[in-house]
Amino acid sequence: MSTATHSAASFELEQATEPGMDQLLEIAMGPQHPSTHGVFRMNVLLDGERVVRLKPVFGYLHRNHEKIAENETYLGSMPYTDRLDYMCPLTNNWAYALAVEKLAGITVPERAEYLRVITGELTRLQNHACLIGFLMQDMGASGTPLMYAFRQREIILDLFEALTGARMMCNYMRFGGCRVDLPAGWLDQAKKVVAEFPLFLDEYERLLVSNEILMDRTQDVGVLSAELAISAGISGPMARASGVDYDIRKVDRYSIYDRFNFRVPLGSHGDVYDRFMIRVLEMRESVSILQQAMRDIPEGPIVDPKTKIRGFRPKPGEAYGRIEAPKGELGFYLVSDGSPNPYRYRVRPPSLINLTILEDLCLGRNVADVVVILGSIDIVMGEVDR
Amino acid sequence: MNLEIVKPEIEANIPGCHLEMVTNPSPSAQHSLLLDAEHAFAVALYLRDAPNLRFDFCSNVTGIDWPGKVVAQKVKVRKLVDGVEQEVEETHTTTIPGSLEVVYHLYSVEKKHGPIILRMRTQDREAGVHLPSLTPIWRSAELQEREIFDLFGVIFDGHPDLRRLLMWDEFQDHPMRRDYVDPDDYEYEPTAHDEVLQRAQQHFSQANPVQPSEEEGR
Amino acid sequence: MDETIKNELSKQGIFTTSLQELYNWGRTSSIWPLNFGLACCAIEMIATTMARYDLARFGAEVFRPSPRQADLMIVAGTVTKKMAPQVVRLYNQMPEPKYVISMGACAISGGPFKQGYNVLKGIDRYIPVDIYIPGCPPRPEALIEAFMELQKKIDAQPLTGSERPRHLNADEPSEFIVPRSGNHDLQPTHNKSIWNPPLVQISQTGTDEPGNS
Repeated sequence: MSTATHSAASFELEQATEPGMDQLLEIAMGPQHPSTHGVFRMNVLLDGERVVRLKPVFGYLHRNHEKIAENETYLGSMPYTDRLDYMCPLTNNWAYALAVEKLAGITVPERAEYLRVITGELTRLQNHACLIGFLMQDMGASGTPLMYAFRQREIILDLFEALTGARMMCNYMRFGGCRVDLPAGWLDQAKKVVAEFPLFLDEYERLLVSNEILMDRTQDVGVLSAELAISAGISGPMARASGVDYDIRKVDRYSIYDRFNFRVPLGSHGDVYDRFMIRVLEMRESVSILQQAMRDIPEGPIVDPKTKIRGFRPKPGEAYGRIEAPKGELGFYLVSDGSPNPYRYRVRPPSLINLTILEDLCLGRNVADVVVILGSIDIVMGEVDR
Repeated sequence: MNLEIVKPEIEANIPGCHLEMVTNPSPSAQHSLLLDAEHAFAVALYLRDAPNLRFDFCSNVTGIDWPGKVVAQKVKVRKLVDGVEQEVEETHTTTIPGSLEVVYHLYSVEKKHGPIILRMRTQDREAGVHLPSLTPIWRSAELQEREIFDLFGVIFDGHPDLRRLLMWDEFQDHPMRRDYVDPDDYEYEPTAHDEVLQRAQQHFSQANPVQPSEEEGR
Repeated sequence: MDETIKNELSKQGIFTTSLQELYNWGRTSSIWPLNFGLACCAIEMIATTMARYDLARFGAEVFRPSPRQADLMIVAGTVTKKMAPQVVRLYNQMPEPKYVISMGACAISGGPFKQGYNVLKGIDRYIPVDIYIPGCPPRPEALIEAFMELQKKIDAQPLTGSERPRHLNADEPSEFIVPRSGNHDLQPTHNKSIWNPPLVQISQTGTDEPGNS
């Protein structure tokens, strides 16, 4: 077996002969740290408070999802996809179901598509709300914005629990549709929640958007240019905050998104404030999509009656399916060899790829800015390490 | 993305490259181009910079392990057996060498088209595992190629910082390969079967329930 | 102390207690956890501290970021082999008395990721665990129940005698060996003084009766 040919010395300080290098302080932020979102470690080299070098260390939550999936059937991996980006389990399910449906050529009935859109956009709402809460917590507003965000998240989780049976690990999508149909009264309850959500957004905006401390700490911090964003594979709200007009819901037009009328907010500065505002605006667009979807949802079956559940063996081949997850482009690449288990199962993790430019954004800034920039990238370690 | 149109265009612009179209039999119809290692960098640069293509977004880099296969064939040959020429059945074994494959999915943000899928294969799975790195072209390949190095063992020449990504640095195996054997860490199951049962039978027995001495890894 | 005498005295405005009750009452009513979430269970732990389920009313008022100031480590989420040395180091840095709650299937025994090469099959291989919470993830109410169980456990600890807790017993260790990241696996794979793998019923013929090797 070939051994690792490159050692991992984080900074190779022995070759540093520049004057003043002995004045630099190397600290490890993480893996247990109040501000890193999960078990994430950054080896930071500091000159006073300024960041000179930053090397992230991954792998503290590497749970071998891809290797386990090679021993599971296709459907058996569906609960594991819940645990990838554990703030948004339903969109993970959707991306995987989409990839398998592309691989095996399965169609999805109308009602199931509407259900997917409704649950997917509800997931986006609670993810963006919690992200803003966590970002504010990292900035020092200890607890209160997060409490408001979690209040909304609990209301949405109540809906998920009534529909799927679980608050978090919903395991709701199936190849060809959804697992269960709506219980009685769910749609009315959901309409009420969606009708009240803009009130929460107004309150949040009033408190936060023109907040002096927030503006001071986030404007012109962590500026990401559009060219670097495209080259580094940045996707999702982070890319759109830098002005990159790429929303997979509009480009690929997967599922039934071409039927809904919604705008894609774009930022112009690419700093942390833009990323924060993009998410606030995207929440408003999601509310609009939800209202349209819940108005138009038809009756019908929720799963394609011709789908084979037992003995599901897609023909040999491969497929790459992707969706616009709340964190970015979430894709699944599946290689099938005709057996019930996938030959290769690969998750394209938006959080990991969005971290490619972490060092670029943090160089020259203060340590306090590192926390804020990391918070704005919106990472979940379950997805980074898989 | 219609590979029938793109392939001749690339071949015309990058002289000497060997492209092979790999058809995808599944309903997704996502066919791919197999590149050769010497011209892969030039082809990728052309795909990124050509004004009608502009594939500037490298979405996904995947590693796949294809272990070598030994194929046995029964062949009838005429041979001298005890002085008499007879037709004898022999088994000829041919070894198809394994390789590690790297697959790139490219999209275009400017033109909003895609995907185009590129593949590269190593010569074998032991020493000939070098492939050109496409990180200088697309920055998003940086962490993904590091991960393929960590989990599969493919060495990318030209990568700015090739080290392990997910496993710790003293780790010596490439776990996503098909022939990786998990370390024995006393996994307990009440109803053990298959590998877990085999390991348990090595460690414990009903007749001698004394804990074995600790082993040094593997 | 006799209950009737206690009641009589308390009606007179004299409250009686024992040193053990007072000591334990102080300890159970203000257990401060360490800010230590690993994976998905961490989100349920955060939800437990939020407005709807509010763990603070049970005494877990603040989650301390530093292990030197914490009493309780809620291991919430999968412990991987890369993370295991850090978990044990953090546990060693906590001052006595300290407790561990193993939250979720992954922290108990590896959970759904048990087959993984990088997954530690249970944090109780290296540190002593007081309360286990099954679930994937356990509901916030389950975490509150576990917290209350821990409070009951602390309440029942006597100050003297053989049953006394670890921090009052000079012979008991309060720090445990930190595993080293070896070439293929952690070394040692488990801490023998804390955890020993249970014997497996091996039947030679594959039927249910245990056989002799």
